[in-house]
Amino acid sequence: MTGRLVARWRYGALLLAIGLLAAACGGGNNDGGSTGDGETQLSGTINIDGSSTVAPLSEAAAELFQEQNSGVKVTVGTSGTGGGFEKFCAGETDISDASRPIEADETKACASKGIKYEQVQVANDGLTLVVNPQNTWAKCLTVAQLSKIWDKGSKVNNWNQVDPSFPNEPLKLFGAGTDSGTFDYFTNAINGEEGRSRSDYSATEDDNVTVTGVSGTKGGLGYFGLSYLEENQGKVQGIQVDGGGGCVAPSKETVQDGSYKPLSRPLFIYPSDKALERPEVKAFTEFYVNNNQKIAEEALFVPMTDQQGTQAKAKVQKLATG
Amino acid sequence: MQAAPSRAIPRAPDRPLGVARPRWGERAIVASLFLCGLLSVVTTLAIVLSLLQPVLDFFAKVSIGDFFGGRDWAPLFNPPSFGVQPLLLGTLTTTLWALVICIPFGLGSAIYLSEYATPRVRNTLKPILEILAGIPTVVYGFFALTLVSPLLHDIWFFSAKKPDIFNALAAGLVMGIMILPTVASLSEDAMSAVPQGLRAGAFALGGTKLQVSTRVVVPAAISGIIASFVLAISRAVGETMIMLIAAGNNPNFTLDPREGVQTMTAFIGATGIGDVPQGTIGYLTIFAVGATLFAITLVINLIAIRLVRRFREVYE
Repeated sequence: MTGRLVARWRYGALLLAIGLLAAACGGGNNDGGSTGDGETQLSGTINIDGSSTVAPLSEAAAELFQEQNSGVKVTVGTSGTGGGFEKFCAGETDISDASRPIEADETKACASKGIKYEQVQVANDGLTLVVNPQNTWAKCLTVAQLSKIWDKGSKVNNWNQVDPSFPNEPLKLFGAGTDSGTFDYFTNAINGEEGRSRSDYSATEDDNVTVTGVSGTKGGLGYFGLSYLEENQGKVQGIQVDGGGGCVAPSKETVQDGSYKPLSRPLFIYPSDKALERPEVKAFTEFYVNNNQKIAEEALFVPMTDQQGTQAKAKVQKLATG
Repeated sequence: MQAAPSRAIPRAPDRPLGVARPRWGERAIVASLFLCGLLSVVTTLAIVLSLLQPVLDFFAKVSIGDFFGGRDWAPLFNPPSFGVQPLLLGTLTTTLWALVICIPFGLGSAIYLSEYATPRVRNTLKPILEILAGIPTVVYGFFALTLVSPLLHDIWFFSAKKPDIFNALAAGLVMGIMILPTVASLSEDAMSAVPQGLRAGAFALGGTKLQVSTRVVVPAAISGIIASFVLAISRAVGETMIMLIAAGNNPNFTLDPREGVQTMTAFIGATGIGDVPQGTIGYLTIFAVGATLFAITLVINLIAIRLVRRFREVYE
């Protein structure tokens, strides 16, 4: 008897599963229309491409957005800021992620295709140099000193080669893997060209590894995103950077107001006017700027100030209403 | 039944002698077993084929001399440089340190388990030893990084320069511990398979237990023991996770075990999981390094087969 009951129950479950599947498939075929339960269910695909630095933000935004709008698929590519604009201005993507403002030739390409856009800031990016807590000498390094350490072919391997007043302590370097936006940004800001760097250092995409390395090496020096420093207070310490205007400590405020040079910058998304006509893209973009604090924290970036946030919202409104 | 039960010889079948009745079921089994054997061969060939095109593309852009002759490995930097020697040296150093651990200790445990241990001790110890082989390599990696490496740093008294936090030594030694059960288990199997008569004969001639073990049993089992060493080398050369976590990912042209290195596998691991765009030189580099790794393990295995054949002692 029990066996048969179980068998019948299983049969019922199977039927139920098939029914649900059919319902789900039916739902998927709805083209942005509303389902029976009265609420507007968005659907469709949003194509985002561009900077690999901004990608984690867009991915975090997509994840949070999809919690409420499971019908919308968001794809986030990482072709780089330039590669992203190329696709964006060819009309292939809806939103372009950018870690720098759009350049003149890219503007021209977009204009020739009749693509209108708006530059919307979504977060602030700040990198920090970190040293071991036992390091008492390196309080502030100039960009020239950093470049001397990190440039291609550099043979600096002792702190006293950086500055004669520094002690005789072997310099051990930890840094970003070549795949990360952090690497691109750091090499560009310090050595003047993306990807230009010495290669004989411990490279990793995992900032934990840099923390482990620097906290375990008295003469260690590493770099990563600023928000990671807060999580590792005590294990490593951030140092000031002199970008020409005196020593500035890395902090949320100095990154937000841009005074922490050259390792702070705003991050942008560029939605197009055509894409914003689609309800799912409009909803997503609005969601992105309205929840920018949460998204930035989730993706380990420095959030925008209230003023920056208001400005971003206004720009999206402006583009959406034409 | 026409034939009387007492007649042992069955009647001749209707077909010619020497041709058996076809047994389709058996043929199916043979065929499926053949397919099982074929699978590994086909996989190997498929790997070679899939490596071939990207490798050819790579060497169209980078000369073989630059690749094997260079000492600067920075394929994804700007400007790039493709000297693979730091990676080769990284793999060599870590493998050597792994062998320093796993060969003496592995062989020692095998001799103990096979010759000295009572059956009860052996039946307890061997499964425990084999548990080591079942620990995920990622666990070994963090074991090397968070325990062995700081320990080495604290107890280092050989020189003023202490090991870095990421170093080839800790990664290599822990890898040796990981491979140890493979060596011990396979060598022990080979030694247990040596006929009892050989041992009895050697004891009868007045040999001590140590003499019998090292001069009779080990030489008799040498082909199996060498096979276990070769497997150990292959595993060490191919180990990725420990190297990725603990060896430093620093393409450093050095034999100094106190410094961080990057092995070929660690490069492939670190680069392959990232966002390297397909078709770029960085992407092709993964295949070039992979093919080099493949060629190295192939050569090791070919040498091993020759060694095993040469030293094999067959006892009927």
